[in-house]
Amino acid sequence: MMTAPTIALKVEQVAIRFGGLVALSNLNFTVREGEIVSLIGPNGAGKTTAFNVITGFLGPTHGTVSYRGTTLNGLKPHEIADLGLIRTFQRTSVFPNDTVYDNLMIGLHRQGRTGLIEAILGLPRARSSERKAHQRAGELLEWIGLNRRAFDPAGSLSYGEQRLVGVALALAAEPSMLLLDEPVSGMNASETQDFVELVRKIRSHGVTILLVEHDMPMVMSVSDRIVVLNYGRIIAEGPPEVIRNDPAVIEAYLGQGAMHA
Amino acid sequence: MRSGVAILTVAAFASVPLWLRDPYLLNALITTGIFIIAAMSLNLLLGFTGQLSLGHVAFFGIGAYTSALTSLGFDVPLPGGLHVVHDPWPPIAGFALAVVIAGLCGYFVGRLSFRVRGAYFVIVTISFAEVVRLVALNWVELTQGPLALNNIPSIALPLPGFGELVLRTKLQNYYLVLAVAVTAYALISRLVNSHFGRAMRGLMENEALAISVGIDVTRTLTLAAVISAAIAGAAGSLYAHYIRIIDPEVFAFINTVTMVIMVISGGKGSLAGPVVGGLIFGLMPVFLRPIMTPEAQWIAYGGVLIVILFVLPRGIVPSLMQRFAKGRKEVRAVGPVAFSKSSAEEHA
Amino acid sequence: MSEFLQHLVNMLVLGGTYALLGIGLTLIFGIMNVVNFTHGVLYTFGAYIMFIVVNQFGLNFFLALPVAVIAGWLLGAAVELILLRPLRGSDIDTTMLVMIGAWIAMQSGTLWIWGGVAKSVATPFPDEPLVLGPVSVAWLRLFVLAAAALLIVATYLLVNRTKLGSAMRATFQDQDTASLMGVNVDLIYTSTFAIGSSLAAAAGALLGPVYVIFPQMGDLAAVKAFAIVILGGLGNITGAVIGGFMLALAEELGAGYVSSGYRDAMGFLIIIAVLIFKPTGLFARSERVG
Repeated sequence: MMTAPTIALKVEQVAIRFGGLVALSNLNFTVREGEIVSLIGPNGAGKTTAFNVITGFLGPTHGTVSYRGTTLNGLKPHEIADLGLIRTFQRTSVFPNDTVYDNLMIGLHRQGRTGLIEAILGLPRARSSERKAHQRAGELLEWIGLNRRAFDPAGSLSYGEQRLVGVALALAAEPSMLLLDEPVSGMNASETQDFVELVRKIRSHGVTILLVEHDMPMVMSVSDRIVVLNYGRIIAEGPPEVIRNDPAVIEAYLGQGAMHA
Repeated sequence: MRSGVAILTVAAFASVPLWLRDPYLLNALITTGIFIIAAMSLNLLLGFTGQLSLGHVAFFGIGAYTSALTSLGFDVPLPGGLHVVHDPWPPIAGFALAVVIAGLCGYFVGRLSFRVRGAYFVIVTISFAEVVRLVALNWVELTQGPLALNNIPSIALPLPGFGELVLRTKLQNYYLVLAVAVTAYALISRLVNSHFGRAMRGLMENEALAISVGIDVTRTLTLAAVISAAIAGAAGSLYAHYIRIIDPEVFAFINTVTMVIMVISGGKGSLAGPVVGGLIFGLMPVFLRPIMTPEAQWIAYGGVLIVILFVLPRGIVPSLMQRFAKGRKEVRAVGPVAFSKSSAEEHA
Repeated sequence: MSEFLQHLVNMLVLGGTYALLGIGLTLIFGIMNVVNFTHGVLYTFGAYIMFIVVNQFGLNFFLALPVAVIAGWLLGAAVELILLRPLRGSDIDTTMLVMIGAWIAMQSGTLWIWGGVAKSVATPFPDEPLVLGPVSVAWLRLFVLAAAALLIVATYLLVNRTKLGSAMRATFQDQDTASLMGVNVDLIYTSTFAIGSSLAAAAGALLGPVYVIFPQMGDLAAVKAFAIVILGGLGNITGAVIGGFMLALAEELGAGYVSSGYRDAMGFLIIIAVLIFKPTGLFARSERVG
């Protein structure tokens, strides 16, 4: 027997006003545990704003965002991160002068913290903590498939590869929900395809995923459900096949250029 | 640093007094060694945490004065007719106190300064050092001002059962400085290769990203400042008890510049950098003395700093290591960051 | 009371030259985002030029002043072209350190050429001061005040009423947009650095004859310039002028009523206090140059 999937993220009646400008109004949607949901919309539709509200970088004028029952409004970004909600950044997603491997080691900061004295003296607890970190870094490297680039400076990687490192950094924080900010921008077709596989693999480990994206084919192939925004409000919601043929969606995109599906 | 090379290097340094007969050179090595310790501490802030602290000489000088005053004793009149009197304590206590007080100053400077960043941080640190210099110059009741603190006792190591060993000769002081330098190096090395060291790097490379992976900016910077200041204070104490005269000129900005040149030319962000840079710029004045006046030497040092920043911006040690790395066929890059290769090799 | 008035008069004289120092640095720091450690050396340079031109070449004192200003302009331009332009785009630390290297080299050069003994510049003014009621002012100092005021007004007009000035202000606001609109950013940078340096040289040329000239005189001047810039806000000329007078006042009162030894500490203390409590400066309309 299948149990009904529980709700992970709940966005209720969220609105945000900047002076006289209404950037988001009456946003209502949920993301269920283990789902992959994509937030799309033409330029200026409010996707990034919505993303920033959910991740705590902006406070809504109205409405609540909650994760697994805990209200996120008013929490600082690192407090939200502590709840298991981890986001990636679109730009500057790596530590450029460090090797990829070291990037991951830095990203594992939250795991197994030890006292400074213990670390300096090389006491057993510090040493085993280091060993675990190295092991985990190796695993993450395998996950994103960048073993052969492990010791190259992260800044020398292609833009797409840097995004992968960014995702690995997010995974290092052991998220229960991952929020991806335009993850495949700058990737070519084959990199995008690999990324879709990675997202599916991450989900199969029980991580819920919400992503904001422009790349239509990618969104269509990876999402369980799609939420479409335009002018700050939701104009359609549903699985890819439904969205693809939704007249309101087509019109919103045709108004700014053809939608490639 | 790979331990074999490290042990050989330490042994080589330890052997020097056995074959070096010239006391003048030995003296130069001792003061150079003291400056190297200070330069290593500056490197912690400058090279590993990315903070250009140009007031570092303040911690050095505060360490020197603390140690000197602790072991000389003082009698300072306060407004209202009160006197603060301190009887002389053993120099070893002075050393310990120097480390603590300098570290404490590092804490306060860190907490205050890190609220302002970038160029303003540089200016605040310079200002702090100059204020301290002016206080040392003007608070004559405590510091004797420009008349200097004289006859500072040499450090005496208590040997239980045997009394104490007063370190009076150059030979003894050389080994003392070497011991402290090796300890400082080891401490910094372990720090940099630890979880905390990675936090410092993350902060230096991409602060926003570091925050998002949970690194506490203020705490990391402040801790780095405390440790850095404490080590500089230790160097200052060694200086006071070796030279045995301390005046406010110890706070001169030129001393900070010297340390900066040592770190930058040797390679900031590399452990061996300050040592190499320190040896070069600590000993060069000795060899240049017969042919160039001090002013002319400083013209050269300024020029060297500029040339290095243009030509070898990462410094001597990292550039050399990069040369060697290119020669290796393996995927594993050597690079200037100590923890990459050695830790990966040990654990991967 | 008359003592206070005397301090006030001193403050005006000092403040005017401090304002020149501050304006020069705020332009450079504000428009180019360079921590200019050579500013103090240019101050020293201006003073030594006066010494050479008046004492050694026997030129008229009043003509020597423009010579010093122009020499400062040239030296500034040279520093920018040789050292700063190749480093455009490097991180701020590298630039700062190069400036420090230049400062050390230039100051040591000054020491090497002229030695450490202080020099005085011969001035054409009568020795007895002008007495106005309870206060007395040396004629030289009156001249300094007048010259400084003239230069401040000239700079203000340059930045706010000329084409070059408006290009400078545009670059301060947004370098990329300015260059898209046809502003030659390279030229603006060199000009800004040269102008800022000439103002520092002017300050040195004016104050050198008032006190004595020695190679390290620029060190304190440099710090005071930074204090003024921080007080007045980056890129804010009016703020720099007010800041210059405020610093002079703090120094005069500090020296008069607290202790003359700590006079020079005023600049540092102001820097520390302002940066801790109000980092954007006391006049935080920091968006505009001028």
